[in-house]
Amino acid sequence: MTPYPEGGAPLVATPSQTVGPFFHLALGPGAAISAVHAAASGRIALTVRITDGQGAPVPDAMVEIWQAPPPAGDRSGAEVEPCGFGRLPTGQSGECTFDTVRPGRATDGRGGWHAGHINVCLFARGLLRQLHTRLYFAGDPALGGDAVLDLVPADRRSTLLATPESGRTDRWLFHLRLQGPDETVFFDV
Amino acid sequence: MSDRRNLAGSQPSLQYSPYRSTEHRAPSRPMIRIPGTLSDLCAPVYGWWPIGEADCDLTRQHDDEPHGQRIVVDGRIVDEDGRPVAGALVEVWQANAAGRYRHANDAHPAPLDPNFTGAGRTVTDADGHYRFTTIKPGAYPWKNHENAWRPAHIHFSIFGSNFQTRLVTQMYFPGDPLFPYDPILQSVPDERARRRLIARFDLALTSPEWALGYAFDIVVRGPDATPFEQRR
Repeated sequence: MTPYPEGGAPLVATPSQTVGPFFHLALGPGAAISAVHAAASGRIALTVRITDGQGAPVPDAMVEIWQAPPPAGDRSGAEVEPCGFGRLPTGQSGECTFDTVRPGRATDGRGGWHAGHINVCLFARGLLRQLHTRLYFAGDPALGGDAVLDLVPADRRSTLLATPESGRTDRWLFHLRLQGPDETVFFDV
Repeated sequence: MSDRRNLAGSQPSLQYSPYRSTEHRAPSRPMIRIPGTLSDLCAPVYGWWPIGEADCDLTRQHDDEPHGQRIVVDGRIVDEDGRPVAGALVEVWQANAAGRYRHANDAHPAPLDPNFTGAGRTVTDADGHYRFTTIKPGAYPWKNHENAWRPAHIHFSIFGSNFQTRLVTQMYFPGDPLFPYDPILQSVPDERARRRLIARFDLALTSPEWALGYAFDIVVRGPDATPFEQRR
C-alpha cells in the first residue's frame, strides 16, 4: 500500500459501515465473551438493555464492554482468559448479561481520577457508526469528582448510571436508550 | 467513530434517512467530546482468543469446498500516519455465493451451501498484513425500499492496538452496478472515501488457475491521544 495514495495527503480512516443484522456469524465459539473478569470475589452480573426511539427492545445489537483488566494473578484457567473485555449480542429482550467485577475508582495518571466505570461500545443494524458511552454505578460517592462526568450536563448524567436490580449489590442494569427524552449520553472519543 | 473526526464527509452520519433502520436507532443529541487526556480507551487490548488454522480460509472449514468464485482478499492495516498495525484482530463475515447468510434471520429464498459458513478471523503480522481465502459473496435483496439489493460485500471488524481504533466496515467489489442504489455505501458523503471501501482487483495477488486476487487496505484512526505523537 502507498502510505499517501492521494497526492501526498495524509491518510484518513476508512469509513465505518453498519455491522448489519448478521454479525452473529462472527460471534462463534470463543468470540462471544461474557466472562470479563476472573476474580473469585466481588463479581457482579451486569445486564445491558438497549431500547430504540419507540421504547422497543433492540434485539440485534452487539455490545462490547471494556474495563481495566484483572490483576495478573487472577487466572481462571479458561481457554480464553478474561481480560477486561466482553462482547455479546442482545437477545429478543434487547438485553445481554456480562459476568464481571465492579471496577473501583482509578487514577488517570495525570493528577485526576475516574469513578469506577465501564466503557461500552455499541454496534447494531441502523447504526452507521459505533457508539461509545461509559456506565457508572448509581450511588457511588466518587461520581461527584469524575472528570468525564463533569463534561456531561447535570440533567443528563443519570443516563449513564447503572442501577442495582432488586436492591442487590451483585446485579446491575444499564439501560441504554438510543433516542428520546432520556437518550443516553454518547461520547465522541 | 466521532463527528469530530468526520473529516470532509469521510464517515457516515448517524442520521441518514435513506437507510430506514436509522430512523428510531440513530441518536439525535450531539455527542460529548472526551479529550484524549481523559480517555482510557487508548490502553492496549490483550487476550485475544485462539485463532484456528482454517479460520482465515473460509473455503476449508467443511468436508467439501463451497460453491462460488474462489478469491483471495489481501491487504494491510495502517493508522492515519501510515504505520502498520501489527497484531490486529481482523474478523470477516459474509453471504454465500447465492447471496444467502447462514443466519436464522435471513429469509432470502436462495440456497444455503452446506460447505460454507461465511465467517473467518486472523491477526495481522508485524507489517500489518492480513489475508483471507474465501468465495465471492452474492448480492442479496433486503426490505429497505422497493426492489432493494445490497451490492456484494464482506463485513470487516478490526481491533487495532486500542479501543479508539475500533472499526467495523464493509468491503465491496469493483464495478458493482448496485453502488448508486445502496444507501449503506452512499451514507458516506465523500465520493473518494466511498472508493476506499471498494477492493481493487490485483493480478499480482491472483493465483494462476486457482483464485482471483483483491487488495483491500484499511486505515484505522491515528493515536491522537498520545501527546508526543502530534498529528500532522
